This record gives sequence, C-alpha cells and structure tokens, in this order.
Amino acid sequence: MHDGGKILTGLAAFLALALFPVWRPAIGRTVPRPEPKIVTAEKKCIEPRETMRASHMALLNSWRDTVVRRGERTYLSRDGKNVTMSLSGTCMRCHPNKAEFCDSCHNDLAVAPYCWDCHIEPKEKT
Amino acid sequence: MGEDRRSFLKLAGLAALCAAGKSSLSRLEGSAETTSVEAPKGVRRAMVVDLVKCLEKDDCTACTEACRRAHNVPSIPDPKHEVKWIWQERFRDVFPDEEAPFAAEALTARPALVFCNHCDNPPCARVCPTQATWKRPDGIVMMDWHRCIGCRYCMAACPYGSRSFNWEDPRPHIKALNRDFPTRTKGVVEKCTFCDELIDKGQPPACVAACKEKAMTFGDLNDPGSEVRRLLRSRFAIRRKPGLGTQPEIYYLV
Repeated sequence: MHDGGKILTGLAAFLALALFPVWRPAIGRTVPRPEPKIVTAEKKCIEPRETMRASHMALLNSWRDTVVRRGERTYLSRDGKNVTMSLSGTCMRCHPNKAEFCDSCHNDLAVAPYCWDCHIEPKEKT
Repeated sequence: MGEDRRSFLKLAGLAALCAAGKSSLSRLEGSAETTSVEAPKGVRRAMVVDLVKCLEKDDCTACTEACRRAHNVPSIPDPKHEVKWIWQERFRDVFPDEEAPFAAEALTARPALVFCNHCDNPPCARVCPTQATWKRPDGIVMMDWHRCIGCRYCMAACPYGSRSFNWEDPRPHIKALNRDFPTRTKGVVEKCTFCDELIDKGQPPACVAACKEKAMTFGDLNDPGSEVRRLLRSRFAIRRKPGLGTQPEIYYLV
C-alpha cells in the first residue's frame, strides 16, 4: 500500500460525490418547498385533504377508467356526496389556478403528467 | 410381414386424416357460431339515416359542424392529414355492393352521410393490441384515447374508413374550442363515439340534435317500440358492406 492515502482520499471524494443526493437534503433545503395555493369555491374537497395530497393521482386514474371504460360518471365520496367525475368540470372548477395549484408541486418533483396534452386547462386570470 | 406394415401405415394414415378433419370441422362450426347474430340483450344503440331527407338542402353540413364543435375535431385542409368523424361520400363509394344501374338519380347521385358504423362484430376492436377500442355492452364501439398507442391496426381493419389518425397536433386546427371536451394529441386515432358523453346523460348525439331535416334517428334497436324500429319496419333500409359480416348498426333508409 504505497499509495494508500491517495486511494482512500480519492475513494472518499468519489463516495461523497456519488452520494450527493442522499446527504444533500440532510443539510437543509435551499429551495423552499412549494405551497400550492388553494382557491376554492366549495368549503370542502370531495375527500379529506390528506387523502387528496397523497393519492389524488390514483383517484384521477380510477375516475378516468370508470368514466371512459365503464361509462359511469358519478362518484360517491366517503361522506356520501355524489360528484361528477370530471377533471376539467369538477376539479378545475374549484381549482382554476393550474399554475399555482398543479404545476408548482409537479415541477418541484419533476413529474410531468400528460393530462393537459388533451384536456383543456381552465383560462387563468392574470 | 411387408403386408402387415403396409396395412398398418394405411390404417395410421386414415386415423390421422380423420383426427385432422374432425378438429378443422369443429373449428369451422365454432367460427360460424361467433359470426351469427346474438340474441338481443339490454340496450342496443343504433342510428337510422334517411338518405332522402338528408341533403334535401344542398351542401347542408349542420351535423358535421355540430360534431366538430362538440368534440374539438380539427379542420385540417390537407386531405392526407384530415380528421373526420361524420362526413359525406359519393353514394357508389359508400355502397359499392349496391348494383342499381337505373335507380333514381335523386338518390344515387347525392352524397351519403358516413360515420362509424358501431358494428356488432367490430374488426377494429379485435385487432387493437391495447384494448383502446372496444365494444360497450350497449353496442357503442368506444375509444379510450388514453390507451391508444397510434399503431393504426384499427384503421387497417375498419372496412369503412371511419377512423382518422392525428398526423400532427390538432389544436392549431380547431376553430372553436369546446372546453368541456378534450382534444387529442399527435399520434392518436379517433372516430365517432356516438356521443357517449351525451348519451350517458340521456341526451341525443350532437349530430342528431343538429339535423334540421330530422334525417337522423337514434335509439335502441332491442326495443320493438322505439323510433328506430318503427322506421325500419316502415321503410326498406340498407347497410354498408353487409357481406363482410361486421353487422353495422347504421341503417340507411332508401
């Protein structure tokens, strides 16, 4: 081990660089976590806020399949309300601020749902 | 010994022939069963088009325009790229099997209205590798644009040319955007869906509602008292290319 010191230093530097994504969050975020702005017409969302935050994508996928493939258009929410399953008709009626409500989190997490390739986003008030 | 081998081979050959013949016979029988018309069950959506009433006014495109507006169908000038749900074709191209050399010019000289036939035995649904197109229990040949991968097998399978492919982004070609209905993207096949979004709400399809001549009638073929059945009882109706066994559910009154 003539060059043991050099090898170990190089290895440590390599590991530090390679594991950058792992230790970076521990130091603290420099970019603030996005806070989606909620502008609603209704007082309550169709499901509790936590459920919507965690699994709105699963809900939307199941809505899509139920409407298109089974032709059923009404969703029974957990508190017994009948809701029309429609992204632009139901969701976006309460949340018309797509840029602040959808895009802010999706951009932060680098996810790119293709909803709006076909569905028409609400006109935003500028 | 030679005699024995010879008779054994003969017998074995005959037995193999019998076995092969039986399996192919039963297969023939099976295919005959699947193409026969099934016993009516539930609702069966169908359309009756009165060819005489339709196009009474020359160059009437009320239904086509209503469909364009309702479903964000783009108006692309290039005929190789155009997207069509409901449109007009020459009579002899719509009904190539109809041999009526001296028939009333009034009928055969006019174009006929064509759209998806919503076949009972849809070849497009059979070939779709992702089940993006399938037949609903009420007979509508539906499309799930989320699932379409744009392979165009369905377009090759459809004998009526009812399907269009989006060769380019359709959005710039949509005149008036209906914000309640999605558009499609480049690389997706589309066609008439019998206005499933309106039917499920209990409304008639957009083209039927738009037709001022009342040339189009939409209804349930399994209900003997329905308007479509009444029309089919009272007048002679033809279907497009019936010999292909697709069982189209668009009836043309002549």
